[in-house]
Amino acid sequence: MNMPATKMDIDTATPAGAAAPVVAMTPKRPPRSETYARMARETAVRVIPPLVVLALLMLVWELVCRRAGSTLPPPSKVFKDTHELIFDPFFDHGGIDKGLFWHLSASLQRVAFGYSLSAIAGIALGVLVGQSVWAMRGLDPLFQVLRTIPPLAWLPLSLAAFRDGQPSAIFVIFITSIWPIIINTAVGIRNIPQDYRNVAAVVQLNPLEFFAKIMIPAAAPYIFTGLRIGIGLSWLAIVAAEMLIGGVGIGFFIWDAWNSSHISEIILALFYVGIVGFVLDRLIAGLGKIVTRGTAQN
Amino acid sequence: MTAYLKLDHIDKTFTRGNATTEVLKEINLTIEKGEYVSIIGHSGCGKSTLLNIIAGLTRATTGGVLLENREVNSPGPDRAVVFQNHSLLPWLTVYENVKLGVDKVFAKTKTRAERDAWVMHNLNLVQMAHAKDKRPSEISGGMKQRVGIARALAMEPKVLLLDEPFGALDALTRAHLQDSVMALHQKLGNTILMITHDVDEAVLLSDRIVMMTNGPSARIGEVLDVPLARPRNRLELATNAAYLKCRQRVLEFLYERHRFVEAA
Repeated sequence: MNMPATKMDIDTATPAGAAAPVVAMTPKRPPRSETYARMARETAVRVIPPLVVLALLMLVWELVCRRAGSTLPPPSKVFKDTHELIFDPFFDHGGIDKGLFWHLSASLQRVAFGYSLSAIAGIALGVLVGQSVWAMRGLDPLFQVLRTIPPLAWLPLSLAAFRDGQPSAIFVIFITSIWPIIINTAVGIRNIPQDYRNVAAVVQLNPLEFFAKIMIPAAAPYIFTGLRIGIGLSWLAIVAAEMLIGGVGIGFFIWDAWNSSHISEIILALFYVGIVGFVLDRLIAGLGKIVTRGTAQN
Repeated sequence: MTAYLKLDHIDKTFTRGNATTEVLKEINLTIEKGEYVSIIGHSGCGKSTLLNIIAGLTRATTGGVLLENREVNSPGPDRAVVFQNHSLLPWLTVYENVKLGVDKVFAKTKTRAERDAWVMHNLNLVQMAHAKDKRPSEISGGMKQRVGIARALAMEPKVLLLDEPFGALDALTRAHLQDSVMALHQKLGNTILMITHDVDEAVLLSDRIVMMTNGPSARIGEVLDVPLARPRNRLELATNAAYLKCRQRVLEFLYERHRFVEAA
């Protein structure tokens, strides 16, 4: 705007000295088969050791529990007792007599609902506490006390408030997973370098743009740490909560199996709970990796 | 010549508890349009504070900054800053980093296509167009600083503020980038204010050198005109009498009359 005349010159001028010879470096692609072989090797290195350990553990378990009078079933018996459940997870005989798929999906739905709520509220509160000194002074002590309350201690209170199992379970998940999300988000916001704030000030971003373009990306690694801890806690809380509220869900499935002395079913359910928890954790970690690419290393 | 940028009786005191430190005292300076002015002084003399005041990132305790006879006291793209540590946003690509400012400054005056062309034009000016899709972590320190310069230039600032822009670079990269900045200044005619602690850099690049006394209560000790014709060539200047004399004057000021007193 200052000097249109000079600008015209620049537009047409090409920096002659600038064009340093560019050395083309396209590495030759190794043959496909070699790539696959390498991938297979890498996978094997990662997969074989845990499989070996697992096999050894099963063997020990089998040997220990095989004796007559053992209180817990050995793996072979677990498989024999539960193969119907394993191979047909989709049956539905009405009531709570359903396949494991339905139990897990009911639990996952509750988690999805409660966790989404806590992610939204947690990030919002975390931003508030991280950005405003007064909000931090007012809220932080409260959070520090509330976060130590065990998930199940909230259940009677929420049952009293909602008078129904479903919303109570969702509330328990919400209240369990929100604390790490709030606290980590707040730390992330507080740690945004002054440099980034200066850049935003010079460019004159408005508060909304600052939130979307600077705050959230800069705090993303911290936020995802909180989200990852949160999803783990939600999954812990749902199994416990469902044991008490009943209905369809993996938690109550375990409780029901205990009441009918189907120990093998308990073991199978625990296996599934572990796998699902692991997958949830990986899911959030993977999402975090995609979202925070570039941000983490600077 | 009229004053383009005017620093009018700037004082700055920092207060912590009931201890107050006077950092800057009675800073008066006028800069003409198209001038390249350097501010040099020992570390801790408040030259970065002064730059922050001009940028609007810090408020002066008394006095003010006038740009084209209007007081400025909040940050804005008319006084774009090239930060010492580049301050590129690591989650954005080189292109997006420059675009951030362009989108804001030219939101109403340029179409989307024009803004895109303008970003690329500025990346071309600093010879970084080839890396437009890279992230800051994938390019070298000198390249980052080039992008930082492109980001500032792309906002078409009235005054370009450089905060020790070459401080974090190795000597060879620094020389290369100094030549680039000189060429850009020659080509675009920007008004530039640079903070530095490098005597050679100040003499090579500037039309005038503002020398600051040691803090606390740092003042402008002396202002030196550098009577060297442009374009300047660092090799020829090495034996130029006027260059050596200027250099001598700045060195004398910094190391004899206002020697840096090491704080305990």
